[in-house]
Amino acid sequence: MSVSNAQTSLVDRAPQFVHSKPVRDGRTRNNKVRYALTVLAFLLPSAVPLLLFVLGPMVAAAWVSLNQWNLLAPMKWVGLGNYAKLLGDPITGDVFLHTVYYIVGYLPLVYIGGLALALALNTALKGRSFLRGIYFLPVVTSWIVVALVWRWLLSPSNGIVNSALAFFGIHGPGWWTDPHWAMPSIIIASAWKDLGFIMVILLAGLQAIPSDMYDAAKVDGAGWWRRLFSVTLPLLSPSSFFVLVISLINGFQVFDQVYAMTGGGPNGASEVVVQQIYDLTFRYGRAGEASALSWMLFVVVLAVTVIQIRGQKRWVTYA
Amino acid sequence: MPDATLAMSRGFSTKAPRSREANLRLAGVIVLHAVIILGAVAMFFPFLWTIITSLTPGASLTNTPALIPANPSLGAYQQLFVERPFAQVILNSFVLAAITTVVQLVTSSTAAYAFSRLPFRGQTAVFGVYLATMMIPLQVLIVPLFVELKTFGLLDTYLGALLPTFASAFGIFLLRQAINQVPRELDEAATLDGAGHFRIFTGIILPNIRPAIATLVVFAFMGSWNSFLWPLVVLRSPELQTLPIALAGLQGQYTSQWDVIMAGSVISVLPMLALYIFAQKYVIQGVASSGIK
Repeated sequence: MSVSNAQTSLVDRAPQFVHSKPVRDGRTRNNKVRYALTVLAFLLPSAVPLLLFVLGPMVAAAWVSLNQWNLLAPMKWVGLGNYAKLLGDPITGDVFLHTVYYIVGYLPLVYIGGLALALALNTALKGRSFLRGIYFLPVVTSWIVVALVWRWLLSPSNGIVNSALAFFGIHGPGWWTDPHWAMPSIIIASAWKDLGFIMVILLAGLQAIPSDMYDAAKVDGAGWWRRLFSVTLPLLSPSSFFVLVISLINGFQVFDQVYAMTGGGPNGASEVVVQQIYDLTFRYGRAGEASALSWMLFVVVLAVTVIQIRGQKRWVTYA
Repeated sequence: MPDATLAMSRGFSTKAPRSREANLRLAGVIVLHAVIILGAVAMFFPFLWTIITSLTPGASLTNTPALIPANPSLGAYQQLFVERPFAQVILNSFVLAAITTVVQLVTSSTAAYAFSRLPFRGQTAVFGVYLATMMIPLQVLIVPLFVELKTFGLLDTYLGALLPTFASAFGIFLLRQAINQVPRELDEAATLDGAGHFRIFTGIILPNIRPAIATLVVFAFMGSWNSFLWPLVVLRSPELQTLPIALAGLQGQYTSQWDVIMAGSVISVLPMLALYIFAQKYVIQGVASSGIK
């Protein structure tokens, strides 16, 4: 029995609802109602929480962003005032700039590192799955632990990194206590955590490339680098695209590790957008502005994602 | 001699005497192994250092611990359980993660079944909205969610921490992919035997997507165990705190007591490590499949 047959008979059982014109007949109507109830029964357990705790609050955030509000006193309508205020405030530019700084530092590190690892672990290496496990371990660790561990490793006075540097006669920087080194510290910790995640996505992409493509390239006399750029990277582009989309979405939302490593400091040097949203809400009681900034962030993420999806035709090859 | 070169480039199967090329190849393989293993050691080192620090009594801001502690001690762990409510904190994290996992399994599998097996008008649009919720950062929702739960009187309660985690677009997506792979002939046969959708769902679909369910269990548990921002906002009482919050709190309170902080980190990582070791296949599968589709 073919799949399309099974499909048809399933459809026969109920969804006149969907395809054919309704028949005015008590039994059919009964079936229709019963089918609709079945669909509802299967959808409601997920639809209710999504409506109540994602979509509803999303709309509410738009409303809050048009008001001045400290979470306690009644809201005061200010229209687009919060947006105007944010756009006029140099701190807004700073927090977006810091977030972009994070992404620009983090992305090449995890992508090139993850690709190199995936290429290496895709060869006939002994103990491959054990090694893959080691590289993947930080992925299952929470951001808070990652942040705490790296604060300790990068502790300026007696952290192991600066102790090791001192052994070679190098005076290490102040890392997360130094405005210039705070963001690099966060980037290093984040790259350590996510490297294994990127590696596994790219490894899955590599394994999907048919080996006869390589054989053909070898017969044509293509060397390792040539094969990398002419076969591997183009055929890996869907995975690379996914990594790029996910990394940018997550990158713009960076928060946990910043909160636990620097709290946005020192002196606001690593204050990122979400840290600012958190501070506006829970430290300064400016919920209206916080919601406006949330929406600005959401629009930026959406725009960046849409641009990538539009632009993928130029470089992503789907086999 | 093109044949020989071809054979050689495929490995060491050629019987030809070892040429300069083959030697180069061998050297390359050795270097590759060395680099990968060194990298793995570097990746693992922070964990090792965390364990070492947690066993070094009084590791403070003034001295770097030795690689092999002179007087290893479990004092830091003792401090966590005796002076701080870490047993309670671990229990909290565990209960929240278990409930989140079970509820997400129910909401994800039912929704996935509806999207895979129950065609209805506007299905594509509804599925699109479901997927779009994956793109909405929690941060955008924080203020209204906070107010919403305050209105319901659910701030500082387990339920308040749990509710927003009940539906997961990722889980629905993952299970829908899996259900699409189950042959429709199986449903058909059951229908002929008089089974309704509920019986097909529990009797045929669920047993056939066990690997995907395992993947979801791992991810739901891990997500809850490691989640930070929402519990931080909702849970205020010390007796309700979860591990990440309690850990972040340690930092303020024991600024220089790195042995205690690292002991807390070890405790927080161990269950995830165990989960990872037992479910490695499913974790990797989950990440990999999200990348391909």
